[in-house]
Amino acid sequence: MQRIYNLQDLDDLRAEIKKRPQGKAITIAVCNGTGCQAYGCGKVTQAFMDEVTKHGLDVEIKPTGCHGFCQSGPITVIHPDGIFYQRIKPEDVGEIISETIMRNRIIQRLLYEDPLTLEKITYEKDVPFYKKQMRIIFGNNGFINPRNIDDYIAIGGYSAISKVLKEMEPEEVIGEIKNSGLRGRGGAGFPTGVKWEVCRNAEEDQKYLICNSDEGDPGAYMDRSLLEGNPHSVIEGMLIGAYTIGAPKGFIYVRHEYPLAVKNISFAISQASEYGLLGKDILGPSFSFDIEIIRGAGAFICGEETSLIASIEGGRGEPRPRPPYPAQKGLWGKPTNINNVETWANIPLIIDRGADWYTQMGTEKSKGTKIFSLVGKINNTGLIEVPMGISLREVIYEIGGGIPGGKKFKAIQTGGPSGGCIPAAMLDLPIDYEGLTAAGSIMGSGGLVVMDEDTCMVDVAKYFLKFTVDESCGLCTPCREGIKQMLHLLTRITEGKGKEGDIELLEELCQAIKDASLCGLGGTAPNPVLSTLRYFPEEYQAHIKDKRCPAKVCRPLIRYQIDAEKCVICGLCIESCPEGAIASEAGESPTINLDKCIKCGICLDTCPSEAIIVQ
Amino acid sequence: MGGVGSAGGGESFLIMERLEAIIKNYGFEKRALIPILQDIQTEYGWLSEDLLKQVAQRLKIPSMDVFSVVTFYKSFRLKPIGKYFMTVCLGTACHVREAPEVLGEIQRKIGIKNGETTADNLFTLETVNCVGACALGPIVMVNNEYHGLMNKNKIDQLIKRLYAKDL
Repeated sequence: MQRIYNLQDLDDLRAEIKKRPQGKAITIAVCNGTGCQAYGCGKVTQAFMDEVTKHGLDVEIKPTGCHGFCQSGPITVIHPDGIFYQRIKPEDVGEIISETIMRNRIIQRLLYEDPLTLEKITYEKDVPFYKKQMRIIFGNNGFINPRNIDDYIAIGGYSAISKVLKEMEPEEVIGEIKNSGLRGRGGAGFPTGVKWEVCRNAEEDQKYLICNSDEGDPGAYMDRSLLEGNPHSVIEGMLIGAYTIGAPKGFIYVRHEYPLAVKNISFAISQASEYGLLGKDILGPSFSFDIEIIRGAGAFICGEETSLIASIEGGRGEPRPRPPYPAQKGLWGKPTNINNVETWANIPLIIDRGADWYTQMGTEKSKGTKIFSLVGKINNTGLIEVPMGISLREVIYEIGGGIPGGKKFKAIQTGGPSGGCIPAAMLDLPIDYEGLTAAGSIMGSGGLVVMDEDTCMVDVAKYFLKFTVDESCGLCTPCREGIKQMLHLLTRITEGKGKEGDIELLEELCQAIKDASLCGLGGTAPNPVLSTLRYFPEEYQAHIKDKRCPAKVCRPLIRYQIDAEKCVICGLCIESCPEGAIASEAGESPTINLDKCIKCGICLDTCPSEAIIVQ
Repeated sequence: MGGVGSAGGGESFLIMERLEAIIKNYGFEKRALIPILQDIQTEYGWLSEDLLKQVAQRLKIPSMDVFSVVTFYKSFRLKPIGKYFMTVCLGTACHVREAPEVLGEIQRKIGIKNGETTADNLFTLETVNCVGACALGPIVMVNNEYHGLMNKNKIDQLIKRLYAKDL
């Protein structure tokens, strides 16, 4: 690699990359994100490379980051046409090469089938999952090999930092970011431009930048997929921040549970350094910036900015009171600007295309797009990027393809353990910071967990409390003790031991914990309980008064029975029961001994005639 | 997934040499305590008391500070792990897809609870908050391999397969 010394060098390199013999008229992009890796895309990628070599074809095999449509992995898109093949196994690869690449024939069996119309869809752009999306940030994942910086430069990468260095004063950059209306994508939604300005104006010699990639909300993995799939966009965002704020050093704090993200961002940093896009004298003599990777060690609290700072400093990740805010006194007491991965990835786009372009997307107070992970009881699990203000209904039914098994949609959980559950009656709610907050939830980092009629809302509230009890750092009493007491109450309720007055006590505790906790973890922990109490009071009542779990989830409140009319007397349930709780008289359908039954549900899974019923 | 319990003792010269190399790599800097511990765990599989005391000595900090950090973060292991490190994802998406049932079935089948290792050192069971492969939930990871869309029957087969492999 040749070092780039100035802006002209970068322009020359870009021109040179674009001129390189694009003789490889066909590119096969194979998704290699973590989701597809779990499906075994590694073997598929290898098979493609082997086949191409075997036939001596002039075809490029491009392992890319996540394309978003995790439900259909492993995914392959054949460019330039955009032919979309899904659920590919290594065995399919030979046929794709010999039929589609060599003979121009589409393989029907590998196409995506619209579950509603049963129509086979050939091109990626026509897949309903992608149609309603606006993938300005995430869409590039499909065109870039994250291990090749030239791919990023080819699509215009590092032109935003060039523009900044060439023609913008730091104040102008801040003005542009402010005008764009960009708000923090980590959850709280603080205006990014304002944050930058505070940090820039802080009078200290040493300043730091941090990229918060401690993506801890369960069911949210968009930040990981950006770091994995388009790491240079994050680096470029940080470069622009470094120049604007005047910080010579940055840190990327990433979860250790994301090994591929750590690998890809590390690789990207070393490639950028080789080109001279990181380090000393970047694109000229006056600008230097370094990035260091810090791996998290498995503490949810470290997503909170003051805890994250304590963790980088090498200690326990415990929060401290704010103010002073990190922008005034952060890492080692120096002004520190912390933004989330997705926020950083937005920056180069805003600089490149301008705030006017950016503000055309979104709602009055929430501009641009947001990447969400759409998971749970939904047909199309995956990562989606949509304009702010899109309705829940569009997301769940048009992009998500509805609920599996024809079940009824019950609620959607947003914002992770700090968020809340929004009921079916509010399907037309526009998704933006204000809308979600008014509904008693939060934007959070962007997890959308869909729940259907088989989900018990009391159980969900209990699940999140258990999560926060586990993850509370234990520093302040309201969080450490208060949430534990709430969990205790909810556990009693789900065991059929709820009492009159429990709900009032829960509400009182919620308020106290919200008011008195030191940091956001405790301050928002009551949200899952408050929102389920608000929208599903009848479910709480059923547990407390009738000792009944309407969704049939809470084990102490359900019992298994055998429907003699449906039973075919095969004896499989008797064999499968680990407790020997099922027995039968000769020739008769068996019965379950409720004293012995541990409600494990194995008989239910084993029964071939749906004769086991849960009550 | 590297090592088992055998490498825990602090006597061997070789072990100390490797430890020294890791700490040196971070310039004996106190602020690098967490990455140092992470690298040591990668190397040895877990963090023995001996190793932690050595780290404290080398970094010239009280052992208490090291223990305080190690017990704060979940990814540090103070006990050796079994040959098959089973991680059950309990993220929200997996939870609503009956991950608790899957966890219960594993616990019944191998007879240990979350955080424990079987007496024969074959299985260690842990739960995690989310592995971010939600389309495949409920997910169980064995060492670094993903097993998706799990249910009780598939757990049964998986464990039988692991036992058979070990015979």
